Amino acid sequence: MTRVHDMGGRFGDGPVVPEPQGIPEFEEGWHSRALALTLASGALGQWNIDISRHARECLAPKDYARFSYYEKWLAGLADLLVVKGILSTDELAAGQSNGASSELVDRKLKAADVGAVLQKGAPASRESEISVLFEVGQSVKTCHPAANRLIDGGHTRLPAYASGAQGRILRCHGAHVLPDSSAHGLGDAAEPLYAVAFPASELWAEAEHPRDEVVVDMWQSYLEPLS
Amino acid sequence: MPHDAHDHDHPHSLLPPEPALRVRALETILIQKGLVDPAALDEIIDTYQNRIGPQNGAKVVAHAWSDPTFREALLKDADAVLLDMGLYGRQGEHIVVVENTPDTHNLVVCTLCSCYPWPLLGIPPGWYKSDAYRARVVREPRKVLADFGLELPTDTAVRVWDSTAEVRYLVLPERPPETADLAGDALAAWVTRDSMIGTGLPQAPT
Repeated sequence: MTRVHDMGGRFGDGPVVPEPQGIPEFEEGWHSRALALTLASGALGQWNIDISRHARECLAPKDYARFSYYEKWLAGLADLLVVKGILSTDELAAGQSNGASSELVDRKLKAADVGAVLQKGAPASRESEISVLFEVGQSVKTCHPAANRLIDGGHTRLPAYASGAQGRILRCHGAHVLPDSSAHGLGDAAEPLYAVAFPASELWAEAEHPRDEVVVDMWQSYLEPLS
Repeated sequence: MPHDAHDHDHPHSLLPPEPALRVRALETILIQKGLVDPAALDEIIDTYQNRIGPQNGAKVVAHAWSDPTFREALLKDADAVLLDMGLYGRQGEHIVVVENTPDTHNLVVCTLCSCYPWPLLGIPPGWYKSDAYRARVVREPRKVLADFGLELPTDTAVRVWDSTAEVRYLVLPERPPETADLAGDALAAWVTRDSMIGTGLPQAPT
């Protein structure tokens, strides 16, 4: 099974509430602070995006459900800082540092470098020796159940609603870092990544329209050929 | 198979229960340790509050509407085009632009978290990150569009893109016929944020 974050297709949520166009306002002052703190801590280079996503997904389901968006970020960040040995649980409990940090101080993100760091990004594309198995138009089937095959309960980007489903390859994105490996410090393990189109009727008991589709990005190891 | 070790301790529960105090506590500790510069935090906030937002994506869309060669290049390899325009960056390292037509309406979501093309649209609106949008839009996109007051023709198919990887999708909406005489900023002013996510259509600026 996957985790609480994997909610695509779930019943029971209410209406979606639109907002004014343009740049969204931060609802609370601390929201922007939580965002900035997360990005600045990420710049210390102690984890990658897959590790940080997994930290949020590992929140207890009751916390995930009751926390607002930036509370999830903050909780994930606090957990990661402790897991990586950057902060201690004593420091978190006291709200005070026990002393200046170690070698990481040199990696502190400076205000003058923020623009360049954000513009540099962190591409996920990699060279890979794994050959491309599928071509555009080919029919495929996704793994079932949706689960990390390397770590029990680990991170995966195969949503449960699209597991065990038949679709067709819409495009190949080249080789990308495999989150199932990267989130657990097991290396990039890059492999071909595809956009796979599924008819809505393949995924849902009552599709809204016979021609509707859902397209999901899928790594090659999530797929098998359909003869 | 090894088991995920995260499930036993949740150190975040040691922080104060009130979120504003929780942020302040974490920020205080990280500053005291010399790991975070408060001026860098201000700079990040200023960037996403004032500088990077949907006006970036709108410029790209207006250009694509006005210049068929640009449009073709954008649909074929958006990364090369956006790099040229200085619109490459964090959470926009791999962009794919998908074009709305009378036959197909595109709609973007990230059901597993809230992936979004930051260099083109800035930070996502609250509804994009909401459980309701993430849970519902893959299963009942037309009902979700109705929440936005949008009803599609019955012969238009909906294609929902679930951004599960580091590829970010931007919708190229159809150009409204009323904009035929417009160009540049006046044309870009019609391109709303939601029209580039797929939950809206371009609108006359108010």
